[in-house]
Amino acid sequence: MEKPLTQNIRPDGTPLNLAEYEKAGGYQGLRKALTQLSPGEVTQLVLESNLRGRGGAGFPTGRKWSFVPMGDDVPQPKYLVINADEMEPATFKDRLLMEGDPHQLIEGIIIAAYAVQAGIAYIFLRRAYVTARQRLKQAIEEACAKGYLGRNILGSGFNLELYLHMSAGRYICGEETALLNALEGKRAIPRSKPPFPPVVGLWGKPTAFNNVETICNVPHIIRHGPVWFKDLSRVPDGGTKIYGASGKVRRPGAWELPMGVTIREILEEHAGGMQDGLTLRALLPGGASTDMLTAENLDIPMDFNSMQEAGSRLGTGTIVVIDDRTCIVGLLANLMQFFAQESCGWCTPCREGLAWLTKILNAMEQGRGKPEDIDHLRLHTRLITLGRTFCALAPGAMEPLQSALMYFEDDFKRHIHEKSCPWRDL
Amino acid sequence: MVTIYIEGKAYKIKQGQNLLQACLGLGFDLPYFCWHPALGSVGACRQCAVKRFKDENDTRGEIVMACMTPADDGTRISINDPEAVQFRASVIEWLMINHPHDCPVCDEGGECHLQDMTVMTGHNYRHSRFPKRTHRNQDLGPFINHEMNRCIQCYRCVRFYRDYAGGSDLNALASHDHVYFGRFQSGPLESEFSGNLVEICPTGVFTDKSLKSHFTRKWDLQTAPSVCVHCGLGCNTIPGERYDELRRIRNRYHHQVNGYFLCDRGRYGYEFVNSTQRIRHPLRQAGSREEAKLMMETEALELAAAMLADPGKVIGIGSPRAFLESNFALRALVGPERFHAGLSDSDFKCLGTGCNILQRGPVPAATLQGVALADAAFVLGEDVTQTAPLMALNLRQMRYGKSVRIVSDFQVPEWHDAGVREIGQLQSPALFNATPYPTRLDDEAMRTVYAAPHDLVRLGFAVLAALDASVFPMPDVNDAMQALANEIAQALLKAERPLLVAGTGCGNPALIEAAANMAWYLGRKGSAAAFALCVPECNSLGLRLMGGLDLNSAFQAIDEGRADTVVILENDLYRRADAQAVDAMLQKARNIIVIDHQQTATSEKAHLVLPAATFAEATGTLINNEGRAQRGYAVMPPKGAVRAGWRWLQMLMKAAGHAGASSWLRLENLTADLVKDMPVFQPVAGLDPKPAMPTPGGKLPRQSHRYTGRTAMHADIDVSEPKPPADEDAPLAFSMEGYDGRPPAGLISRVWAPGWNSEQSLNKFQSEIGGPLRGGDPGRRLIEPPASDDIRYFAMPEQEILPGADEYLLVPIHHIFGSEELSMASPGVARQAPQPYLALRPEDAPVGDGEQVRLLVSGKSLVLPLKLLPGMPERTAGLPDGLPGVPKMVLPAVVKILGKGSIEK
Repeated sequence: MEKPLTQNIRPDGTPLNLAEYEKAGGYQGLRKALTQLSPGEVTQLVLESNLRGRGGAGFPTGRKWSFVPMGDDVPQPKYLVINADEMEPATFKDRLLMEGDPHQLIEGIIIAAYAVQAGIAYIFLRRAYVTARQRLKQAIEEACAKGYLGRNILGSGFNLELYLHMSAGRYICGEETALLNALEGKRAIPRSKPPFPPVVGLWGKPTAFNNVETICNVPHIIRHGPVWFKDLSRVPDGGTKIYGASGKVRRPGAWELPMGVTIREILEEHAGGMQDGLTLRALLPGGASTDMLTAENLDIPMDFNSMQEAGSRLGTGTIVVIDDRTCIVGLLANLMQFFAQESCGWCTPCREGLAWLTKILNAMEQGRGKPEDIDHLRLHTRLITLGRTFCALAPGAMEPLQSALMYFEDDFKRHIHEKSCPWRDL
Repeated sequence: MVTIYIEGKAYKIKQGQNLLQACLGLGFDLPYFCWHPALGSVGACRQCAVKRFKDENDTRGEIVMACMTPADDGTRISINDPEAVQFRASVIEWLMINHPHDCPVCDEGGECHLQDMTVMTGHNYRHSRFPKRTHRNQDLGPFINHEMNRCIQCYRCVRFYRDYAGGSDLNALASHDHVYFGRFQSGPLESEFSGNLVEICPTGVFTDKSLKSHFTRKWDLQTAPSVCVHCGLGCNTIPGERYDELRRIRNRYHHQVNGYFLCDRGRYGYEFVNSTQRIRHPLRQAGSREEAKLMMETEALELAAAMLADPGKVIGIGSPRAFLESNFALRALVGPERFHAGLSDSDFKCLGTGCNILQRGPVPAATLQGVALADAAFVLGEDVTQTAPLMALNLRQMRYGKSVRIVSDFQVPEWHDAGVREIGQLQSPALFNATPYPTRLDDEAMRTVYAAPHDLVRLGFAVLAALDASVFPMPDVNDAMQALANEIAQALLKAERPLLVAGTGCGNPALIEAAANMAWYLGRKGSAAAFALCVPECNSLGLRLMGGLDLNSAFQAIDEGRADTVVILENDLYRRADAQAVDAMLQKARNIIVIDHQQTATSEKAHLVLPAATFAEATGTLINNEGRAQRGYAVMPPKGAVRAGWRWLQMLMKAAGHAGASSWLRLENLTADLVKDMPVFQPVAGLDPKPAMPTPGGKLPRQSHRYTGRTAMHADIDVSEPKPPADEDAPLAFSMEGYDGRPPAGLISRVWAPGWNSEQSLNKFQSEIGGPLRGGDPGRRLIEPPASDDIRYFAMPEQEILPGADEYLLVPIHHIFGSEELSMASPGVARQAPQPYLALRPEDAPVGDGEQVRLLVSGKSLVLPLKLLPGMPERTAGLPDGLPGVPKMVLPAVVKILGKGSIEK
C-alpha cells in the first residue's frame, strides 16, 4: 500500500532537511511542473486526479484553481493562501505533515502557486503549532537558499514569495474569508460571498486557498500522474487520506490510508479497538462539527459522498470515539462551549444562540436542567442552519447536537429528571 | 424597473436594490438592525429574514436575508411566511437575551429602533433564564454617553465611525458574546462626527450627553424644522424644546445637503440659546454692562426713535449670522447706501469673489450630495474638516464611489457595503488636498501638500496651466510643484465629475479665483464640473449677495462725522476687525444700538441693547454656501421682550417714522418686499410649503400627538390651560392640535410613523429609500449657471505681503470647536476647544513645544504657548482662528516673534 504523504515521515518525527527530501525524490514534481508543464496543464492534471479538498468541505481542488482569473490583464499580485490553522477539535493530521515533512508542503505550494500564477503565498499557521513553525521556517530558508523560492525559480521565469504567518489563535480563522481578514490585520470575521476569494480575496486580489494536506498531494500527482493518484483510492475521490482516531481506543493516532476505508477498518485494525471494558457508543467521524454516528454505521466507507449519505460529513477524517462511560451531554456542553467561545461575534444566531446553548447544556450537566430545555436545544438545531447564519461555524456546531438529540435523547432527559449527571460517578 | 412578487402580489420597483430596500420602499414593515440606508448591507444581524421562492410552483422556499439578496426581476418572496416570521422572532429573542430591560430609565426609550423592532416581531417573553452578560462603560467625552449593556452588536457604530467617517479611536473589541464597542481606553471620541452615533445606534448604547443634562422624551419635545447656524453649509436640523429650554438637535434629512448626518458642532453647539449670556431685556447702557438699566419695550423704542431722529446720520452693520430678513430690514431702516455688511475685510473680499463666480460662471455650486459623488476633487487652501465639516464627511465618500465604479466588473451590487470595501480597499480616491497646514482630511487624500496661501495660489494656477497652457502659461514653480500640478490636472481631466473646493479659510480671494478658473475650464471642456465654496457662517452668502458696504467704510463714516449713530445687528465687531479700529468707532459714535441675543464685547459698549431671538425662537431664511435659500422655523415662542431681529427693526422703523415698515406684520410681508427689491432672492418668496390638507388655522402642530403635561406645565401659574401662542410667521403652531399626517417636505418637525418611533421612520418620508423626501427636498437654489459661454479667467495676483526678517506669514488655523462664536457657549464644545497657541514648524521654533513665546501681531504684543506643527510651511505661523484669547487677525498679516515669553500678571 503506497503512502505518498507520509512515506518520508520518520518514526521519531524529526523532519527531513532539504538534502534528505531531495534524495527521497523531493522537488522533482516541482521541476517537472515548472520546466515541462504550463500552469493550465498543472491545473488540468490536478483536476483529472479527482483530488478533493482535505480541509473538510471536499471541493475539487482543480476546479477551485480554475476559478482564479488568468492572463496579463487580471489584478496583480495574485495570492495563494495555505490554511494551516488546524483548529478543529481532535484533528492533528496537518500537524503531522508539517512537522514531519515540511518540504513536501513547500513543494506543493510552489506548484500550486505556479498553477494559479500567484506571486505571493502565505501559510496561515495555527498559533499552537510552535514546532511546525520552527520546522517550516527552517525549510523555507533552505528552499529560498536553494532557489526554489524567490525570483526565476528553476529558470522558469516564475517568481514566488512565501510567508509564514502565525495566527493569533482563533478557530474562526479556519474559515477562509475570516482568515483573509485576519491576514489583512482586521477582525477575523468571515466575508459574505459573492465576491468569492478566487476573484476578490486577500487585499481585494484574486486568491487561491488550500488546506495543508490537499497541497501535500500535489507534488505526487505531478510526479506520478492522475491515474496513479486515482488508483490509490478505493472510491472515485482520488488519493490517500490521513485518518485519525482519538478517544478511548487502544492506539489513538493518525494513519495514511486509501480514501474510502471503512470506519471499522480504521478503528479496529489501526486504532486497535476499544480499551478494555468499554464499548463504542457513538463517534464524531470528522472532527467536532460533524454529525454523530453510532456503532451501526461502522461499515460505511470514509469518503466524502458515503459519509454524506450516512447523514454526516467526512470533515477532516479524524474520528472522535465516544465510549459508554463518557457522558454525551457533558461532551456536548464542552464542544458547545468551544464553539460559543470561538464565535467571532458577527452574526446574531451564532453569537447569542451558541452562548445560550452552552448555558443550557452546562446547566443540564450540573443537574439544573429543565424539561423545556430539550425543546430549546432542538429548536436551535432547526433555526441555526446554513444560509441563516453568516458562515458555517454555528451550523457546524449544531451537527453533533442534533445527532445526539436524535440518538440519545434519553441521556438528556435523565440529566433533567435525575437532577445530576448519571455518568458522573462511573 | 423590475417586477418582484411579495406574498404573490406583483410590484414594480427600481432596479439595483436589495430586497430590504425594496420592501421598505414599498411600505412593508420588515425589521432590521445592521443595515442603514447610508451604510449599506453587511448581513450581520440576520433580522430581515424573508422566504424566497424559486418560482410560482416552489412552495418550500428558503430563508434569505433581505438586505443581502438582490431584488432581481421575478424574485418571489414572502415576509409573512411562518418560518420567516419564526426566525425573525428568534433573532429578536437572541438579541434580547442580554439586553437590560431598562427602557424606563434609558434615554433612547420612546425613539428606540430596538423597541420598535421588538414590538414588530412580537417577541415579548424571554425564555433564557441565565444571568445577563454585563460590561463596564467608558467616559467618551462631553458629547456621548456610553451604556454597553444595552448593545445588540449590530456593528453600525463602528461601520459609521470608521468606514464612513474615517475615525480610528472607536472599535469593535473582544469577540463572541463579549463583543465590546468602545475605545481602547476612556477618553473623548476624536471624530468630528461622533454625535451621529446617537442616531446610528439602534438602541441606547450611545446617547446624547447634552440631552441627558436636561432630559426629555422625544414625544415631549416641541420640535420644528430648522437650519444649523454653526457654519455655512446649511445642514437641516430638528431642534427640540421643552420648558422654554432648547434640549437637543437632531438631524433633519435632506437628500442634497446633509443626508443623514450632522457634525458635532452642529449637534452640540445649540446651548447658546439657553446661555446665561443671553440678552433677554432691552437695556440702556452708558459704556458698561454694570450700569445697564432694564427698560420697558415702549421706553426702549422711544429712546431708539430719538437716536434715529436724523436718518442721514444713521448707519447699519448687518451680520452673516442673522437671517436674511433681519439684514434686509436693517438695510431698509438705514438705506442701502448706509448699509454695511458686517464682515471682516477678508471675508468681504472672498465672499464678493465667491458670489461673483457663482453668478457669472458656467459651473454650478456643488451640493453636498454632489461632493460625495465627485470622481476627482482638488481642495485648494481650505481646512474643510474644520470650516465645513459635513463637506469633509462627503469628500470621504469619494472612496466608496470609486470602489462602486470598480465593483460593477465583479457583479457586486452597490449596496453590498462589505464587498465594495473589500474590492476597493487599496483604492485611493482622486482627492488632492492642498492646505497651509496639516488637516484631518490628509489621511483620505491621494496627495497632500502644505504651502503658504500665496504658494497655494501658484499651485492653483500651475494646475490651470497644466490643464491647458494656452489658457494660462505655467507660472514659475519648482519641479515638484509642477509635477504635482500635472498629476492633479490629469486626474481632473480624466474625471466625469471633477470638483474644485476653495473658501474663505485663508482669507485669500485668489484661492477662490484659482479654483474657479479650473472649474470653469473643466466645465467648458464638457465634464460635469462643480465648484464648492466654503463660507464661514450660516448666512455669509446671503448677506454678501445683499451687497452693502464694507466695514472699514463704516469706521470711516463715523470717524469723518458723516454718521453718528450705528445700528449693529447680531454682530460682535471685535470678531470682524482690528480691536483698535472697533474701539475708535464705538468711542466716537454718539448712539450705538445693538440688536443681539448674546452679550458680546460689542454689546457691552452699546447705548441701547435690544434682545434678539435666536434661530430657535424666530423664523427666517438662511442662504447656504451653494446659494440655497432654506427656511428655519422657530421651535419655541420668544419669551418676554425677545423678538426676531427683523421684528425689532420693523418696530424701530415704525418708531422712527418710516412708512414702509408698517406692512411688515408678518414675515411673508417682509419677504415680499425683499424679493421685489432684490430679484436675486426671488426664490425666497415661495419657500413656505403650503400644507395640502385643511387643518385648524391652516397650521401643522409643533408638538407630537403624544405630548404630555400640556395642562400641567403652567399649573403653578394658572390652572387653566393657556391659549397657545400665536405664530404669524410660520405654517406651524405651538400646539399639539392639527393634522398629524405626513407634512410637506419643508415642514417635517419630527419623523414618526405608526410602529416606527425612532429616526428610522424616515424611510416612510422618502420617495425612495435614501432618496429625496416625498414632494421634493426643501429649499431653493438662488443661483444656477448662466447660459452665457463667455468666460474671463482670473489672473494670478502678486503676493500681497512678504514677511520680513524674524517675521512669519500669519495663517489662521481653524477649529471645529473653538473657531465659531455661538457654539463656544456650549460647555461640551468649549471643553473640546484648544487653548490659544502659536503654531510653527519645528525647524523654525525658537523655544520648545508648549513653552511660552512672545509675539507681535497687528501691533499687539501677546504671549502664547508654542505648538510645534510638523508640516507647517516655511516662514508661516498659525494662530487659531476666532478662538477666545486670540486677537482678530486682519489678513494678510505677519507675526513677529520677539522671543521667549513669560506670562504677565
